[in-house]
Amino acid sequence: MVVNTKLHAHETRENRLGSITGYSGTLKDLHHKACCGTLQDKERCFSQASTCNAACAFSILSFIVDAAMIQHSPSGCAVTAMQVSNSKDQLAAKIGLNHSKSCYVCTDMDETDTIYGATENLKEVILETYRRYRPNAIFVGASCVSGVIGEDLESVRSEVSGIIPIPVALVYCEGFKTKIWASGFDAAFHAILTSIVKPPEKKSNIINIINFYGSARKEITEIFHEFGYEPLFLISNTTIEQLSRISESAATISTCGTLGSYLGNGLSDLYGVPYVVSLQPHGIEGFDCWLSELGKVLGKEEEIKTYLAREKEKYLPKIEEVKRKLKGLKAVVGMGPGFNFNTSRALQELGIEIVYSAAWHFDRQYDDGKIPSAFDHLAHNSPNDFPLNVCDLQNHEMIHILKSAKPDIFFSRHTGSTVWAMKLGIPALCLYDEYDIFGYKGLLNFAYSILDKVTNRSFTENLSRRVKLPYNDWWFSQNNNHFLKSGEDNGS
Amino acid sequence: MVLKIIDQPRYVCALGAMQTVQGICRAVPVLHAGPGCAAKLAGGIAGSNGDSGYISPQIYPCTNITENEIVFGGEGRLKETIENALRMIDGDLFVVLSGCTTEIVGDDIAQVVSSFEGSEKPVIYVETAGFKGTNLQGHEWIVDAIITQYLVKKPGKGRIKGLVNIWGPVPSFDPFWIGNIRELEHLIREIGLTPNTIFGENRGIEEIDRIPQAEFNLLVSPWVGLSNVKKLEEIFGTPYLHYPVLPIGAYESTRFLQVVGKFAGIDPSLVTAVIDRHEKEYYYYIERTSDVFLENRTMSRRFSTVTSTTDALAVSRFLVNDFGLIPATQFITDKPPEEYHETIRQYFRDFTYRISTDIVFSRDGYEIHEEIRRTDYHGAPLIIGSIFEKKLAEELQGNFLAISVPIKERLILNSSYVGYQGGLRLLEDIYSYVFKQFN
Repeated sequence: MVVNTKLHAHETRENRLGSITGYSGTLKDLHHKACCGTLQDKERCFSQASTCNAACAFSILSFIVDAAMIQHSPSGCAVTAMQVSNSKDQLAAKIGLNHSKSCYVCTDMDETDTIYGATENLKEVILETYRRYRPNAIFVGASCVSGVIGEDLESVRSEVSGIIPIPVALVYCEGFKTKIWASGFDAAFHAILTSIVKPPEKKSNIINIINFYGSARKEITEIFHEFGYEPLFLISNTTIEQLSRISESAATISTCGTLGSYLGNGLSDLYGVPYVVSLQPHGIEGFDCWLSELGKVLGKEEEIKTYLAREKEKYLPKIEEVKRKLKGLKAVVGMGPGFNFNTSRALQELGIEIVYSAAWHFDRQYDDGKIPSAFDHLAHNSPNDFPLNVCDLQNHEMIHILKSAKPDIFFSRHTGSTVWAMKLGIPALCLYDEYDIFGYKGLLNFAYSILDKVTNRSFTENLSRRVKLPYNDWWFSQNNNHFLKSGEDNGS
Repeated sequence: MVLKIIDQPRYVCALGAMQTVQGICRAVPVLHAGPGCAAKLAGGIAGSNGDSGYISPQIYPCTNITENEIVFGGEGRLKETIENALRMIDGDLFVVLSGCTTEIVGDDIAQVVSSFEGSEKPVIYVETAGFKGTNLQGHEWIVDAIITQYLVKKPGKGRIKGLVNIWGPVPSFDPFWIGNIRELEHLIREIGLTPNTIFGENRGIEEIDRIPQAEFNLLVSPWVGLSNVKKLEEIFGTPYLHYPVLPIGAYESTRFLQVVGKFAGIDPSLVTAVIDRHEKEYYYYIERTSDVFLENRTMSRRFSTVTSTTDALAVSRFLVNDFGLIPATQFITDKPPEEYHETIRQYFRDFTYRISTDIVFSRDGYEIHEEIRRTDYHGAPLIIGSIFEKKLAEELQGNFLAISVPIKERLILNSSYVGYQGGLRLLEDIYSYVFKQFN
């Protein structure tokens, strides 16, 4: 059972999936160890700041159209409210919606609260938030402070539930609980599954798409309409009412295995909504697999085959043309595991050689108990067995890798990770949007983005000539896995 | 009980002052905190203006506290992190900053840091647990730690004639911090003084080392940094000049130069010459564009600011004393300590023509917006604040400019509203919004 509705909180990825943040080896070795159960996490005796699961949880929840966010924390944790302040409106405007309302508040816990607790204030803040904004649900986020001092959020929820007529969902995303920030997605989805989603009353023709910001909304809607289905892009820009009925959908599919696992498998376990297990829709094979597997679930295999053949005819010749210009390029990829292994496959489709890879964490399995498809596919089909580190966004490790691997180009996705390759004089392309390599057209655009990056290196070279790296030479004379403690299991 | 709620956060916790450390070239924050604190705080404060300098949050050594350190204590982990940071990172000053969890579980950070006494690169510490205060208080605590843990240990050197330390703008939290500091430097340099500042490009440990040699400290801020200049006076006997208004435009910049010139004993004729030259240039532009300032359908006559104490005061002074507008209520959102509230109120009672304005200290954006909605501005209001005021201004068919965090939707590299030039910049930006509407 993925989602134990009896549990207040989800279990972290480390405990639930045996996910790790420390590994140094190769693609095939990692695959072997993951499959035969010998993979061990390795701790680091030095680390740089990474990020926390609360940021992940609230950065997605706060995009729900009519829900309010309350962070039971000191002021700093609510900084996510600053980041999403206008983004929610901008995203809504982009898709022509005019119903975005923002509500994101914080209990501003202070020193006194750490001694006496602050559940009374939290209760008042929940009631006041309801009075002010009349949201259709309230998400209350735990924090490191509320967790360490042992605030009883469940009692607060029980108390207010009798007073206000909307669901109050608790999000257990204390920063210290997990090193894998993607656990924050699970925390958010646990809250949605246990507090928002209702049992199905009927079946609908909606396909749940678990994604971030729905940039390919137009294309996907067109495709799905061809087969008589309606996509519902989760969870940004959705309403609580829509979310409450995702149990009625015909299927769930995701653009990111890391993101989708908990909700997709949870809906499948709890309500029998099939979760499509496939590669993600990056590049040719990913797009084929993503739609074909969906087709199988919906019984639309033939229609999808015809659609794919038609699209291939349009784009494959153009892809072949640009591929010739990319020949011989060597790349390093540094991303979360969901996007990394899909991007790597797409790069190999373009004939680009992966010479080193870094994943921020690694899930040896998803919530269905199976090894992630994109990783499994890459391990079996990659023309070379390249070195691979699981490096928890550790900049020192990443820079070390880039400096020694000297690729022609670096592919990043995470905030703050792109510029460091540039500082080394390596052109870097940030795949900031999840749909940057979506399908054949996406792959074609991606190929030209790569070509543009390696053709005009001026920005990269101008910068790299004038900056110094913040590391001592000592570091570069060590192995890049110098700080990994050997053979230590984290107990998971 | 009094409801404690931040609605629309406009400041962050004390640990947010890590950006103050990062603002010093080659100074390295070392965090004894959770894994997400640095990335989140930086994303919120520095976010839309970029944060990928020599040191950035991805470079900060951090203990990335997990349950293990909470149960068993994290002092060992901190020691190991500092040791490796010193070995690996090419920095001049390492500043250990603690977060909420490590302080609650009682890690003795002072003790751990003391074991690095005498290391090749100085290591100091500041307790910046998020629940202890705001990022502005954190900023003061960091400067205090630099004074009391680093500077006091340096051998004394003589005063340098004309050298002035400038304090005030807070790195990152003031989106215009670099430009503002540079413009303040520029202004005092023009009257023959030598500025010494520790933030921004090419300012680092050497500038810190020179702090005790200054003839005086110049604090340009209503309250942030006051404890620091007092501390410098106490320890090094350096007098300070507290000029509470960040000078924007001709009126305030002129007054600023006069006050600083007098305090520094500069020949008044030199100061007057500088002022005359600037005012002549400034009013060339004002004269040339006054038709546009005055002849349009949409510019406001009354305004409110929703911002930090520094910017609320600076912008109000400019709009009233320089530009002839009338202030409605000003909302101060950076949570200044209560001991300063009365003094701050006084600052807002001292405009030309005995104009004064009410101020409200609030961290509750909802209440602020309700208050603005209840106010009759007798025309379109001008609201100067953060991105949170954008929709409000649209709703009220007013004019709007975001100048404080979260600022968003504009990029600031080194722009500044300080000085004569800064006043012109501010008018450009206000009228760029005015002209988006039918005139």
